[in-house]
Amino acid sequence: MGDQQFEALKGISFDIAPGEFVAIMGASGSGKSTGMNILGCLDRQTSGRYLLDGVDVGGMTTDQLADIRNKKLGFVFQGFNLLARTPAIENVELPLVYAGLHSKERRQKALIAMEQVGLSGKENNHPSQLSGGQQQRVAIARALVNNPAVILADEPTGNLDSSTTEEIMGLFTTLNRQGITIIMVTHEHDVAAYAGRQITFKDGRIISDLQTSQTSQTRLKA
Amino acid sequence: MDFLQTLKIAIRALRTNKMRSFLTMLGIIIGIAAVIAMMAVGTGASYVISQQIASIGSNIILVLPGSTTSGGLRTGSGGAQTLTSDDARAIMAECPSVAYSAGTVRTSGQIVSGNMNWSSVVMGGTPELFEIREWPVISGRAITQEDEAGAVKVCLLGQTVAENLFGSADPVGNIIRIKKIPFTVIGILDRKGQSPQGQDQDDAVFVPLRTAQRNLVRSQRPEIVTSIIVKAKSEELINTAESEIQALLNQRHRISNSKEPDFSTRNLSEILAVAEKSSKAMSLLLGAVASISLIVGGIGIMNIMLVSVTERTREIGIRMAIGAKKSDILLQFMTEAVLLTMLGGLIGIALGAGGATIVSRMLDWPTMISFQSIAIAFVFSGAVGIFFGFYPAKKAAGLNPIDALRYE
Repeated sequence: MGDQQFEALKGISFDIAPGEFVAIMGASGSGKSTGMNILGCLDRQTSGRYLLDGVDVGGMTTDQLADIRNKKLGFVFQGFNLLARTPAIENVELPLVYAGLHSKERRQKALIAMEQVGLSGKENNHPSQLSGGQQQRVAIARALVNNPAVILADEPTGNLDSSTTEEIMGLFTTLNRQGITIIMVTHEHDVAAYAGRQITFKDGRIISDLQTSQTSQTRLKA
Repeated sequence: MDFLQTLKIAIRALRTNKMRSFLTMLGIIIGIAAVIAMMAVGTGASYVISQQIASIGSNIILVLPGSTTSGGLRTGSGGAQTLTSDDARAIMAECPSVAYSAGTVRTSGQIVSGNMNWSSVVMGGTPELFEIREWPVISGRAITQEDEAGAVKVCLLGQTVAENLFGSADPVGNIIRIKKIPFTVIGILDRKGQSPQGQDQDDAVFVPLRTAQRNLVRSQRPEIVTSIIVKAKSEELINTAESEIQALLNQRHRISNSKEPDFSTRNLSEILAVAEKSSKAMSLLLGAVASISLIVGGIGIMNIMLVSVTERTREIGIRMAIGAKKSDILLQFMTEAVLLTMLGGLIGIALGAGGATIVSRMLDWPTMISFQSIAIAFVFSGAVGIFFGFYPAKKAAGLNPIDALRYE
């Protein structure tokens, strides 16, 4: 591309309050992935500010960003992104390994997270021995295990059939009700419908920001 | 991130591709095994050399007659008959740095005892010979000055001769015939083993010098000796003793500066130095060969680690997304490389030690595996891992998490 600059996002500004369940929508190339990467501290904006939990992450080093990803964020991907040939429980423990916790504490927290996603008893199964829905639950448990402020989900149901999609979205809804902020990228309207707020991107700009459900909003005020 | 966990991840990664890990290690295994085996054989060899040189006796100087020209043909060193029993006695009496000096003659012949016979070297020497060569009599008695003065027909047998003529029976007191002349066996010498030239030093019979000169060696002048063996008082005095001997013999043989001396001296410490030098050169050569094979093995490790980093790009992305720092990824891949080489090193040490033992059993060649060589091999294999693992690990740590996550 040479030194030609491409602006994936321009003039964007929005706030997400703690406890919200936000769906980010838009066609491919709309800038939603870039936005997600910035929200996930995987990428840095060229200009502007991103305050996460009141902290400007723009000036942080890569190691500091890694630490933020580890402690404040949880990721759920479309392709599950679990480590192959590694038992489910160890996949869930992974963020805690990088957080420097001892093995006993790790195991304890990982078991709780596995229970939260309804996978008790599958701890020693390898990803290849689990169904797609179960693999995504393991990924959600991994995102949960560090008690993050925000869970970022990038097309979490893109690889799942409709009944499993319902299952996973049900799980997200439950977690949101427990107070976890969820930001989810999707292009499916019925999946986005689970969220309390829908932000739609087009050509790097926000074209709509709709409050679709009162539930999360009322809870926020309470 | 604790080290135990890093190690666990590395072991899992290596076990995932067992065959590949093993083949990658093979270069290191062969390199280290070669180092260990060669060092074992080399150390064994230099031990043998030093043993053999010590078996001749320490602080020894040999005086040999010069060469002579006969009908236009020059004989080699020792060909002339210029040294006498008197020279040997004078060296001991007049050179202050000399402890002992013994004139010797050497011949060979058939030795007969009853219905047994054996061909061996017959050495005539004054009693000092056994002091110089530090060669004790283990049964019977030694040759005395009286035997020497009276040219008595007595002899001492080396172990090989004793075994071949008498088997397990005690030879002391028996009569044997050397070149058909009867001699009384008065004693048996201790076992001496091989000389540095590989000769069996125990395959010899010793008689008093004068007895040999009169009865066994046919010479116009009976006082001639074939060599004089001298022991200096200490190692530091070897060179002094050598020049004293040269000065004395020059004077006795009336050799002026313009005249070529009719004798030569040889200092055995020079032989020792040469032997040490050659064994050092040998070790250096073996070390160079081993280093090359380790470098080749290291390059193999680097190659496979680069493949592994590419294959596991997505895994690296996942780890980074959930909080792995650059240093965590670097450490993980370094650990893997070092584990690979150290494991290879350990297998190599075992193989090398085993190989050296087999060589020593089969070829009857002494080998010595020193703790030092094992430590060097182990540290070296780890160093190869660090050196060749760094670049691939650096590459892994430098990946951008977004690109790594998207990698198919």
